[in-house]
Amino acid sequence: MAQLDRDRLIWMFTQMVRIREFEERVKRTFEEHPGVIRGHTHLADGVEASIVGSLSALRESDQVLTTYRCHGYPITLGTPTKALMAEIYGRADGICKGIGGSMHLTDVSRGFLGTSGIVGQGIPHAAGAAYAAQIRGDGDVVLSFFGDGASKQGSFHETLNIASLWKLPVVFVMENNGYNVVTQSHQEDANAAAGQDLSVKAAAYAMPGVTIDGGDPVTVHETVSAAVQRARAGEGPTLVESKIYRLSAHGNIIAPPGVPLHFPEHEAIEVFGDPEQYEAAKRGDPVPRFRGRLVNDGVLGPDDAERIAQEARDEMQEAVTFGLESPMPADDEALAYVWA
Amino acid sequence: MPRELPYIVAINEAIHLEMARDEDVLYFGQNMATTENEDFVKAFGKDRVRVTPISETAEIGLAVGAALAGKRPVVELYMAEFMLVAMDQVTNEGNRFRAMSGGQVTVPLVLKAGYGFAAGWAGQHTGVLTNLFMGVPGLKVAVPSTAADAKGLMATAIRDDNPVVYLHHYLLTLEHGDVPEGEHLVPFGEAAIRRSGGDVTIVATGWMVDRSLAAADTLAGEGIKAEIIDPRTVAPLDTKTILESVERTGRLVLVDQAPRHAAAATVIAGEVAEHGFSSLKAPIVQVTGRDATVPYSEPLEAYVIPDEERIAGAVRRVLGTSPVAA
Repeated sequence: MAQLDRDRLIWMFTQMVRIREFEERVKRTFEEHPGVIRGHTHLADGVEASIVGSLSALRESDQVLTTYRCHGYPITLGTPTKALMAEIYGRADGICKGIGGSMHLTDVSRGFLGTSGIVGQGIPHAAGAAYAAQIRGDGDVVLSFFGDGASKQGSFHETLNIASLWKLPVVFVMENNGYNVVTQSHQEDANAAAGQDLSVKAAAYAMPGVTIDGGDPVTVHETVSAAVQRARAGEGPTLVESKIYRLSAHGNIIAPPGVPLHFPEHEAIEVFGDPEQYEAAKRGDPVPRFRGRLVNDGVLGPDDAERIAQEARDEMQEAVTFGLESPMPADDEALAYVWA
Repeated sequence: MPRELPYIVAINEAIHLEMARDEDVLYFGQNMATTENEDFVKAFGKDRVRVTPISETAEIGLAVGAALAGKRPVVELYMAEFMLVAMDQVTNEGNRFRAMSGGQVTVPLVLKAGYGFAAGWAGQHTGVLTNLFMGVPGLKVAVPSTAADAKGLMATAIRDDNPVVYLHHYLLTLEHGDVPEGEHLVPFGEAAIRRSGGDVTIVATGWMVDRSLAAADTLAGEGIKAEIIDPRTVAPLDTKTILESVERTGRLVLVDQAPRHAAAATVIAGEVAEHGFSSLKAPIVQVTGRDATVPYSEPLEAYVIPDEERIAGAVRRVLGTSPVAA
């Protein structure tokens, strides 16, 4: 932790807590305000350390593209949570005016260029933004987030090949949660089935590949920082496999009209009947784990930790209230952004 | 000042001019290292003119990302079918980002591909895919039929802030036509009337415009005056000009090289049936490709694709001058 000062560590903890509280309020909305959230959401509780550790390696002019499991990134980048919650509620004040929804949060003003709802398809977008950065020549870097499932898509392999060939300033952060929707990695990944880390895939494209504990924000920060510096220096991309465990299921179930949506239990239990794995993951929850470490190291007092948590709870209550009070978009807004 | 140029040269002239005008315009794709692109590499350098591996998903996906980051890429895809390799990127990614972001981003890119190569190229290199793309929200689709339009529509496509599928017809590649020098822009969504006539409206795109003009010459010898409309872009589609023409002629023949079911012709027929029904003196007739994979063998290929005889026959049918069904 030597390289990170106290303020930075507390900032990281604060962002992790904010993401967790935001996701909790999204989840609670399904019970407290049935019908307010339509379709589905994909929560990132358990992924906070990986998100915050990675994004803390960036400077303001860098850019980020992600998958549909996207709530945590703009929260960390500074997008007002009111606008994010309003978007998830489909309201006019949403960051995407209610058109994008949970899966398509975008905040260009903070370098959050967008998300793809299709597994793996955002990876070339990040490389394209990195190509633009390379031509601009200002040293900006693009972070590409995706899951382990995406590494079975052609888009992953095609893009890693080009990014390495062209030495694009992009860092590929594979957030490996061990599940591809509901199947486990070893069931559909040749490397995983052979007991290998998935970062070995980088070797096929002549770029560094590194596997880290994505539950530790400091480790993530240090690893991604090194990859970012390498990219900034014109040395090309890196594949970082950040091993995490999402504590929620892949997503909530899409229910027929009139039936409240709900989140299933985690796939470990629901599909594989393995509650022990899930309980162990909860014991390793990165948010209390990081708090314990900061308190233990004297970086953060217990009172400070509680204050940060309370502020996050208050902030997210405001976001919920704002979202609920925000008006529905006008009908013809649906046609407003089809073409520029 | 116009001068005669082949259709393909007109396209390259537009890309060259736009790249000189705007340094954000990029040009990349497979085979870009070939001699025909030497001029581009020399003029604009290897940063802006780049060879990609045979990786359509990454190529088109990169274009989407570069466009999100402020560039205006033109992707050289050679064959329209190669877009099918990357269908998610073409019809489900770049075209949706503007809407999904609530208007925060624009995605200006051009997917340039040849199509319709009915010259023995058989099953997977002859397709007319206009119909696949014209119904995709957020995509614009340009289908030039003349050298001048090939230049003007390309320039407009590059300047457009939306993703544009620009489909140039392979059988028109070496066709010459008058092409204006310097800046030449053809607006999207404005049909051209290629030939005026009061008896019947023919709507056709690409190579089918040529075949319809030839049919119209034959019909003129029989005293039939056909009006030929070329929409030039099928998305946006200029239904106004078509409806106005049908109001004058009362008869409509739609010519489309794509297979009959879900051709652009089908969409136009629907619009005219809904908005121009009272003008019609006869049922609309569609002369389209038959619902088949385009065969290799010459007579089979000819059977599948509309020709002058089928077009002329359809016109005689809507005019009631022929007892034979088209």
